[in-house]
Amino acid sequence: MTPDSQETILLALLVPLVGACGMALAWKRANLRETVTLFTSGLLLLLVWSLVPGVLAGDRPELRLIEMLPGLAISFKVEPLGMLFACVASLLWPINSIYSIGYMRGNRESRQTLFYICFAIALSAAIGVAFAGNLLTLFVFYEVLTLSTYPLVTHKGNDSARQGGRVYLGILISTSILLLLPAIVWTLVAAGTLDFTPGGVLRGHLEGPLLGLLLFLFMFGIGKAALMPVHRWLPAAMVAPTPVSALLHAVAVVKAGVFSIVKVIVYIFGIDLLQEVSSGDWLLYVAGFTIIVASVIALRQDNLKRRLAYSTVSQLSYVILGAAILAPISVLGAAIHIAAHAFGKITLFFAAGAIYTAAHKTEISQLRGIGRRMPWTMLAFSIGALSMIGVPPAAGFISKWYILSGALQTEQLLAVLVIIASTLLNAAYFVPIIYSAFFLREDVGLTGDGHGEAPLPIVIALTMTAGLTILMFFMPELPLALAQQLILTAK
Amino acid sequence: MLLSHLPALQVVVPLLAAPLCALLRPRHLAWAVATLTSWVCLLISLTLVAQVQAGGTLRYTFGGWPSPWGIEYVVDLLGAYVLLIVSLIAALVLPYARRSVEREIDPEHHSLFYTALLLCLCGLLGIVITGDAFNLFVFLEISSLSTYTLISFGRDRRALTASYQYLIMGTIGATFFLIGVGLLYVLTGTLNMADLAERIVPLAESRTLHTAFAFILVGVSLKLALFPLHLWLPNAYAHAPSVVSAFIASTATKVAVYVVVRFIFSLFGYRFAFDQMQLDWVLLPLAIIGIFTASVVAVFQENVKRMLAYSSLAQIGYMMLGISLDSVTGLTASLLHLFNHALMKGALFMALGAVFYRIGSVQLGQMAGLGRQMPWTLGAVVAGGLSLIGVPLTVGFISKWYLILAVIEQGWWILAALVLVTSLIALVYMWRVVETSYFQPRPAGAVIAGEAPLSLIAPTWLLVLANLYFGIDTGFTIDLAGSAAAALIGGEP
Repeated sequence: MTPDSQETILLALLVPLVGACGMALAWKRANLRETVTLFTSGLLLLLVWSLVPGVLAGDRPELRLIEMLPGLAISFKVEPLGMLFACVASLLWPINSIYSIGYMRGNRESRQTLFYICFAIALSAAIGVAFAGNLLTLFVFYEVLTLSTYPLVTHKGNDSARQGGRVYLGILISTSILLLLPAIVWTLVAAGTLDFTPGGVLRGHLEGPLLGLLLFLFMFGIGKAALMPVHRWLPAAMVAPTPVSALLHAVAVVKAGVFSIVKVIVYIFGIDLLQEVSSGDWLLYVAGFTIIVASVIALRQDNLKRRLAYSTVSQLSYVILGAAILAPISVLGAAIHIAAHAFGKITLFFAAGAIYTAAHKTEISQLRGIGRRMPWTMLAFSIGALSMIGVPPAAGFISKWYILSGALQTEQLLAVLVIIASTLLNAAYFVPIIYSAFFLREDVGLTGDGHGEAPLPIVIALTMTAGLTILMFFMPELPLALAQQLILTAK
Repeated sequence: MLLSHLPALQVVVPLLAAPLCALLRPRHLAWAVATLTSWVCLLISLTLVAQVQAGGTLRYTFGGWPSPWGIEYVVDLLGAYVLLIVSLIAALVLPYARRSVEREIDPEHHSLFYTALLLCLCGLLGIVITGDAFNLFVFLEISSLSTYTLISFGRDRRALTASYQYLIMGTIGATFFLIGVGLLYVLTGTLNMADLAERIVPLAESRTLHTAFAFILVGVSLKLALFPLHLWLPNAYAHAPSVVSAFIASTATKVAVYVVVRFIFSLFGYRFAFDQMQLDWVLLPLAIIGIFTASVVAVFQENVKRMLAYSSLAQIGYMMLGISLDSVTGLTASLLHLFNHALMKGALFMALGAVFYRIGSVQLGQMAGLGRQMPWTLGAVVAGGLSLIGVPLTVGFISKWYLILAVIEQGWWILAALVLVTSLIALVYMWRVVETSYFQPRPAGAVIAGEAPLSLIAPTWLLVLANLYFGIDTGFTIDLAGSAAAALIGGEP
């Protein structure tokens, strides 16, 4: 750890905030404001990725800021899992910014400056969550993330936005205040510390049933991971403009959720401790339940974004399942899935937004033959769908493979069945969309005048994320290396 | 030499400035004198805090008459802390008052208004700083009488009834307190609090002492609006002028909590209070009921000031809950919340005063769509609301954390859940305000509001920034509260 890496951590947190100020100052001049966004996101990308070589070599840069409560400071520590999350978030922000420019302008959305400012604050909070060194820091930035995304979710300002915002905020704040906060205080009282420590901090401090209860509080307290039944905020948040849905619900917000879950399991409880007690087994069942039921609900949705939302609920529980299996290789798969799902899902949401911008269509039944008019978009959509299903050459295949291996290794038959069943279900709700887009004729009565592809910035962004999905399949070295470091140091 | 007389000056300065205000006919001059006085008081408080932190408890004897025969002023850590809270709020409210008072109070009453405000300040500061039980009653009455006057200045006719209601209940409370002090005097022959504390130690079984304890506690509980003695508060806060609401909500009940803490921990001794008198069995249920009912009732209020009044009742419940836990962490939580709540409610009531300044109403329905037209004002309301809910990076979170920690340390899980549920209820009523201000369009015939003037926004945002600052850099407040709590529970006077 060098003073440079400490500075880098601090800069990574501050750069988006400074950028937000810049955007506020440039509020009258849209082009200047967009430039500030792109510049800020690019700078963040460079800063975050500059930490990667050190982390791969075994460095764990630390930064300690102010002591907010006696003995508890706001502190940061970059470890492999956090590095992975931060890399994904910082990589996708610039791409999403390009997309947003195309989308917001294409749809003539109002109050765009507030939009870009809240985005920047949310990204800063996501970096804070990724690099958090103890539970207090995690909690602080977790809440900031919820609050900064509220204006984004309710951006449209109409009644349904307000309703959706209520469900979003209500569920996320309720779970974090009612369940997560007492879990954190309990951890402090029991273990005397909140620091994330390899091997966990609870060994010897809490016995079997109480451990299960604490796990319960954490798992449902981290509402952003959308374990059923605290998942309702995800479909409700679909009232947001698609760039918001894309980044925040495919990447930053939900990823912060499952990231926190894996982090708590590995660094607060410890994989070994959870293996020894049986009171944590229920997590496997709840995760499996969520995977299946969410997929079944997705099947029945006609609204494209809602189907994607339930698909996200299901895919997030893949990560939780991978962690709950408690085999090192499945935890590795869970960590990689954070990245794989991000690339695939953002592509799908980008496509949904492209369709809305170009064709003003939101329902799946309206998408017959749209592949002729929007080939790039639907091709990207197909790649994203392949990733969800878990089929080569898409990234989702790799993470699914590892999770499945872990399940087989530990002879968790139920988990194996869940993974197979959900693969089939995923196919069942994605393949028909692709089929009807490319192989069916469009309903002549439905389309007004013809439309073409979406605006250029949108198509560029789409191509980049679809490309990343495929790239990660062929060159998974970086995420694999980070995930391997995770399970090595977790012992 | 001046420095040694600071404890006396803390009270004497506002006391002398008050009649000066009454004599000054030009209104702005009265305001200027009042503002200057409040700033001087703040300076004195800050100096006292520094002196106490450096040199331990300060004792000041009036006229050189030694205690226990003369009246003695005692400033320890707790006292200095509360003095600072009161004078800080006054120093921020008075610059704010100029425009607000012009809008809400008849011009011929302005000089009297500032007189009453200074007397109230004097009374509150005196309650905190005095070491004599009867002197405390005197200052209690000074602050109460001036408060009744202040509330009645509101143009709303209901202000008169609210003031009258508070007058009756407050006088009953003060009388109970006086009876209690009288009983103590009969028992021990002294009124000096330190002397009393020593002399009642062998009298722990005495019926008279128990009665005195009960009378004093009930009397002060009326002042701090503990359930079920809270009925005067919602009307008083809702119908008083904005300046008065902002000032009283942030100070009067805090000082009453201070009196409770002082009497329980320094005078009677906490072992007497909790073991002999079973105080926790009285305070705890009342606090819980108060928190719950007040939070729920707040949700249904249309008048936002009334909503915040009920919210204050809940917050006072939190403070009493912390005290009733009989632990250092619990007491620290209560003392922390003393300071933090003053910051929160001060900011919220000042922001609402700015709203009233522009649109002449604080009814929720009238505030629809105001978020676009008054961004800074409503921004302050949102920030204060987030602090009330207990979101990290605000002072509200720090108070909540300590309270939950204190409760979980005792193993009271259900209680912890209750406290957290009431935080969520706070979310519900604050979010009503947020949604109405930002999501609803401004109705066609409504008053067009511009942003409030700088003299209203600046003090409000100073408090908001204090909310955020002390929510992050908590060293000062936690140290003071923690040391005060440790001194109170660890060692008796």
